[in-house]
Amino acid sequence: MDALILGAAAQVDAGDTAWMLVATALVLLMTPALGLFYAGLVREKSTLNTFMMSVAAIAVATVTWAAVGYSLAFDGTGDLIGGLNFAFLHDVTFAPLGEMTIPHLVFFAFQTTFCIITVALVSGAVVERMRFSAFLIFAALWSVLVYAVLAHWGFGGGWLMEGGTLDFAGGIAVEMASGFSALAAAIVVGARKDYGRQALLPHNAVFVLLGAGLLWFGWFGFNGGSGFNTGNNSVLAFTNTLLTPACTLVVWFALDLFRGRKVTAIGAATAIIVGCVLITPAGGFISPGWAMALGALGALPSYAIIVWRPRTRVDETLDVLAAHGTAGFFGILFIGFVAQVGWNGISDGLVYGNADQLLWQALAAVATPAYAFGMTFALLKLMSALMPLRTSELDEAIGMDVTQHGEEAYASGEGAILVTPESGLEGPRPVAQPNPA
Amino acid sequence: VKLVIGIVRPEKANDVLEALYRAEVRGVSLSRVQGHGGELDRVETYRGTTVKVGLSDKVRFEIAVSDDFVDPAISALCEGARTGEVGDGKIFVVPLERAVRIRTGETDQSAVTPVVK
Repeated sequence: MDALILGAAAQVDAGDTAWMLVATALVLLMTPALGLFYAGLVREKSTLNTFMMSVAAIAVATVTWAAVGYSLAFDGTGDLIGGLNFAFLHDVTFAPLGEMTIPHLVFFAFQTTFCIITVALVSGAVVERMRFSAFLIFAALWSVLVYAVLAHWGFGGGWLMEGGTLDFAGGIAVEMASGFSALAAAIVVGARKDYGRQALLPHNAVFVLLGAGLLWFGWFGFNGGSGFNTGNNSVLAFTNTLLTPACTLVVWFALDLFRGRKVTAIGAATAIIVGCVLITPAGGFISPGWAMALGALGALPSYAIIVWRPRTRVDETLDVLAAHGTAGFFGILFIGFVAQVGWNGISDGLVYGNADQLLWQALAAVATPAYAFGMTFALLKLMSALMPLRTSELDEAIGMDVTQHGEEAYASGEGAILVTPESGLEGPRPVAQPNPA
Repeated sequence: VKLVIGIVRPEKANDVLEALYRAEVRGVSLSRVQGHGGELDRVETYRGTTVKVGLSDKVRFEIAVSDDFVDPAISALCEGARTGEVGDGKIFVVPLERAVRIRTGETDQSAVTPVVK
């Protein structure tokens, strides 16, 4: 993307490559971190299932991305979709792609981790009731039909990027795509059976805080790596990734105090995510001062939606729309106002006299949600015609861990009788067991 | 005065509470217990270890009521806890020798009659 324009020569730079290798590993860590964050937010009996959806994203999205997703996103400059030359890593080698200064393979690996976490993000809308096998199929199809397409639009040479939309690290393909897809998924899959009837509370707030902390840590690779080098834009994005979420946290504290007279821990964890999302599209394009303003102002719409959403009948369970969709939308638009050539070397925003930039940001902010919502809605509707998307009410009541995975997150072992393959149930009985009827 | 003990599915505990409140039965204690009824054992696997879990999580309600409230309490428990599947639980009713309200020293019938505010 922008590095294509800024980069000097198409030869591998050791420093850039070293940083991108680390950044790739940092972004991969974000997905288990998200699993932990999400697992803490659900009930005890769905802990493993929720975490496993993130693990499943690593499994499924890596394969689909290597097979076709990456190629559709990054091969060529078609308006709507790329080509198939890079399918199954064809022509993806040690030589840099375009004007980049890192091996093509490293670029591929870095982009893979983005596809993975975006798929994992969407799972937040359907936890505690979607069948695991249905989720696996959904993840595979969504990673190609939605993620790869929007990645092409936003930073693979598609119409938004070519037109001039600035998106540093994925306000389009990652944040708005996951947020508005989550809304569609929550509507098609439907609410949990107890939603709106019982209090469905987070079962481990420490997981939530630790998950958010690890996500923030990984986000330095996510934003800091999205210049694909160690140049000015990357450094700016890196530091802004510290500034923006801190400001979001402060404002979130104030909003919590104002509303409930107490600063909440789960609110703080949410604020970290919202702040990181806000700076994701804008990271390498706006000044540190504006990045701080973005963190403060951007807290408001996300906070409002998080307060409002549970009053609706849409069980968008883990508020992906508020944290990612809304904050991504806000961040993309914010660039259109306050981008500065002096900081990003590319373009000014409206405040600095360039109204065109805001127009292209607004186009992205309208087209992306429309495509993500529409395609996800259609995909899940089609899937629901072919297979049940959710478990039975009884299984949902028993809990997703036992019914989907045959494991418990907090197994005590009490009353568990060893079954050995050799002896079956006829062999020695190590603990008391009722006589078979 | 009787003690009504209801052992129900944990996921139905909220429904039981709702039904009890609707029947104006107040004064409830509940605890998490594990038990084995007629339900099928579930199989869990952790790496190479496969186990049959014979004990299921249950919630045990204990409700001390005057004789007039025994039937309402029982029907509330049944209504709240029934799914129709094996494993819905049991209700036991036992006579209470004495009941004492600690705050006032009231005994028996008056001890289990809810305070009207």
